[in-house]
Amino acid sequence: MSHATAVQDRPTPPTGPAPRSGLSSRSLPRLAPVGFAVVSVALAIGISLAAGWHSKVQWGMIAALLFLAISYVATTVVENKRQAKDRLATSIVWVCFLIAIVPLASLLWTTVSRGAERLDGYFLTHSMAGVLGSEASGGVYHALIGTLEQVGIATVISAPLGLLTAVYLVEYGKGSLAKAVTFFVDVMTGIPSIVAGLFILSIMLIFEIQPSGLMGALALTILMVPVVVRSTEEMLKLVPNELREASLALGIPKWRTILKVVLPTAIGGITTGVMLAIARIAGETAPIILLVFGSQLINANPFEGAQSSLPFYIYEQYKIGEAASYDRAWAAALVLIAFVMILNLVARGIARWKAPKTGR
Amino acid sequence: MAKRIDISGLSAFYGNHKAIEDISMTVEPRSVTAFIGPSGCGKSTFLRTLNRMHEVTPGGRVEGKVLLDDENLYASNVDPVTVRRTVGMVFQRPNPFPTMSIFDNVAAGLRLNGSYRKSELNDVVEKSLRGANLWNEVKDRLNKPGSGLSGGQQQRLCIARAIAVEPQVLLMDEPCSALDPISTLAIEDLIGELKERFTIVIVTHNMQQAARVSDRTAFFNLAAVGKPGRLIEIDETERIFSNPSVQATEDYISGRFG
Amino acid sequence: MASTTPIDTPPAPPAPPDRKERPKSTGRAGDKVFVGLSRGSGILLLVLMASIAVFLSYRAAIAISKDEGNFLTTFDWNPAGDPPVFGIAVLLFGTVVSSIIAMVIAVPIAVGIALFISHYAPRKLAAPIAYVVDLLAAVPSIVYGIWGALVLVPYLEGLNLWLDQFFGWTYIFEKTEVGVARSLFTVGVLLAIMILPIVTSVSREVFLQVPKMNEEAALALGATRWEVIRLSVLPFGRSGIISASMLGLGRALGETMAVATVLSPSFIISLHVLNPGGGTFAQNIAAKFGEADEFGRDALIASGLVLFVLTLLVNGAARLIIARRKEYSGANA
Repeated sequence: MSHATAVQDRPTPPTGPAPRSGLSSRSLPRLAPVGFAVVSVALAIGISLAAGWHSKVQWGMIAALLFLAISYVATTVVENKRQAKDRLATSIVWVCFLIAIVPLASLLWTTVSRGAERLDGYFLTHSMAGVLGSEASGGVYHALIGTLEQVGIATVISAPLGLLTAVYLVEYGKGSLAKAVTFFVDVMTGIPSIVAGLFILSIMLIFEIQPSGLMGALALTILMVPVVVRSTEEMLKLVPNELREASLALGIPKWRTILKVVLPTAIGGITTGVMLAIARIAGETAPIILLVFGSQLINANPFEGAQSSLPFYIYEQYKIGEAASYDRAWAAALVLIAFVMILNLVARGIARWKAPKTGR
Repeated sequence: MAKRIDISGLSAFYGNHKAIEDISMTVEPRSVTAFIGPSGCGKSTFLRTLNRMHEVTPGGRVEGKVLLDDENLYASNVDPVTVRRTVGMVFQRPNPFPTMSIFDNVAAGLRLNGSYRKSELNDVVEKSLRGANLWNEVKDRLNKPGSGLSGGQQQRLCIARAIAVEPQVLLMDEPCSALDPISTLAIEDLIGELKERFTIVIVTHNMQQAARVSDRTAFFNLAAVGKPGRLIEIDETERIFSNPSVQATEDYISGRFG
Repeated sequence: MASTTPIDTPPAPPAPPDRKERPKSTGRAGDKVFVGLSRGSGILLLVLMASIAVFLSYRAAIAISKDEGNFLTTFDWNPAGDPPVFGIAVLLFGTVVSSIIAMVIAVPIAVGIALFISHYAPRKLAAPIAYVVDLLAAVPSIVYGIWGALVLVPYLEGLNLWLDQFFGWTYIFEKTEVGVARSLFTVGVLLAIMILPIVTSVSREVFLQVPKMNEEAALALGATRWEVIRLSVLPFGRSGIISASMLGLGRALGETMAVATVLSPSFIISLHVLNPGGGTFAQNIAAKFGEADEFGRDALIASGLVLFVLTLLVNGAARLIIARRKEYSGANA
């Protein structure tokens, strides 16, 4: 290979502005942040003990601030200001993450550990009939039945309604009606549950309807429909247009194309969306307080008479304010969280399992 | 201003996949070196190893040495951030910062370093825009967003942004592939001017372009799909296009494959 | 009931003029029924939305017309009294203040976590963390409520004293009343924890959408990771962060159970946020409902109407910002 290019004939003196310092630079060792963290935690504990502060929240905040300060100063000294800013940003982001972890972990840990104390077969299969608030007895059976029935009714109404609306928005709607529906579905997602409850309450006041599981389920429906519409819409949009065209080109009417081609393709994602929506409404308390009224007894008829529900039960037991009732509240909270989490995990599992087949 | 690049025994990986294997070559200062070769031969990957952009890709990893005037870019005490300041890059699709004005786009690199005076900044921005042959077109709308320019203008804006920080080397990854012929011509003329000041490496799919703009040309190829890309030969452009020493190069250039 | 309504309504006879340009339906009965059903569902949702506004307004009007106090400025809630006197001033104040506290705490932290997941966390950690954050968004609010009341309140007492000691001069953090930390501040902290997951996951989505070429532009200029975020990620994600925050705000405004369990309510307005007392719309409804007669319920509905309008405004604004962003980013794609 020849290297005798014209360029090489020229001398290559270092022209241009002041020669740059080399590429290499001093830098902190990779594990330095860990060291800073240890030092700042130790210092924070020292300072807090010396000042006589007992709150662990404070300890953590002082440690976090010290950590940010130490790493910023150290990097400025050893490296430079830009690296220090970068390191500061990294540290802040890590601290944010840790700050958020603590309460959320505490929440889960408390619920599981306190809930497990009281949770057993008896608890799941007995109601609160004849149990005094301070008595360490009773169970959650009546509330479980209430929750299952109310959520079940809400799902039976919301799923078809949401599905059809989503089909309308994706497959038919293009005009101002579709725009309005899209906008209001979005807005409906933000309706506070208590407002949905008040709406049904106002109807009950006008038509003199008595509280029942059905009324609660109707309020839950208002909360659930927009979630179903949204997620179904997303899933239907993922179905490739070629599939629809292929079917239409075969002379298959549009409604059969939707029923036989589009919906089956998206069914995994739709199921996921519905299950996530169920998980969301299963924990709603406010509408139940207003519309179902709560009860200590087993009432398997959602169409007549007061019922309980898991979230309502938790609130009720909390308000009694006795040690035994707190135990019951935690145990019921564990049941509720387990219910919601299982729904979530299964739903996401379905989404993952179905994902490759929808051709995403 | 312009530095020589000596590459020896360089391989690059994506996770476990080896994209390029054992490349050694020298890039001469103040000249244009073009990389050509069929799609997937790793020429873009190789280009990105020259300013340590390859390791930004998840799983990206490099073995071997890249010496910039005797300093190894991959030495353990070298900060990739410094490397990228020294070795500028222009991408396939023009990528001005969408939320910034034309002026701010060019000034972005300088502002990162913090210390600047307003008048100094004005001078550098004007000089860079003139250097990118864009000044006359945009001098009346420096405060308008950069995304409002045409594709060719955006690409020259990106070149102005890259040269504003006075790099030693300018890497160009198919800089004209998203542009129309007239804009392409403008960029090619610009490359001819820029090589007076910078070491330029350009990846291109267009062999006429390589022949027009470059002093030296490197041909890359891969043995089979899934195999790593290799450097077949590097020589003066004239020679590569008239009388290459390897048969594969001639086949590629005469359009027999690729 | 609701699902069968569309069948009863005749399927809209003329095909809508703005149908897609696909082959026109051949007028088969199946197509007509199906279009009617799905259109009907959409219309039903609009009707539902409208009737929420109408029914709430109707009952609210009944209540407000008999209110002897000023509904907007009265510091009291006594619809059962003679004469009935009630007003939303305290509730509006408490709702807004606790939500603002929640936003001030949650938004920066949520953006931090979102950046952590999208740009900082080791790749193997990022996906599981994002997953856990999504799961946490599903924890029911009543569980946050009892956790807040039984675990968080005792923990925050020390912090309250400390804030009073060192920042009491700011007036806001002056604690003038002794008592447990069942204050608007504690409510704000709890709300912040509750809206963290939603704000985080929406922001994260936006950060992951930042075009790679924008980030590479910054990297190739020799930007550090933080500078890449400042130059490319945050400008691109700004409107996304705003709308994520407003979605979080919407949740915080309407949250019932967490506030009802934590706050010890009273009808006072005080900027001393560490003092126990105050109230929010949702909390007041849950707390006063049990003892309310029919007129009392109407009064609560009236306050709920205000909350409804408030959340509508916030959510509507968030959606408009998101919609604007879509157009904007589409133009640059």
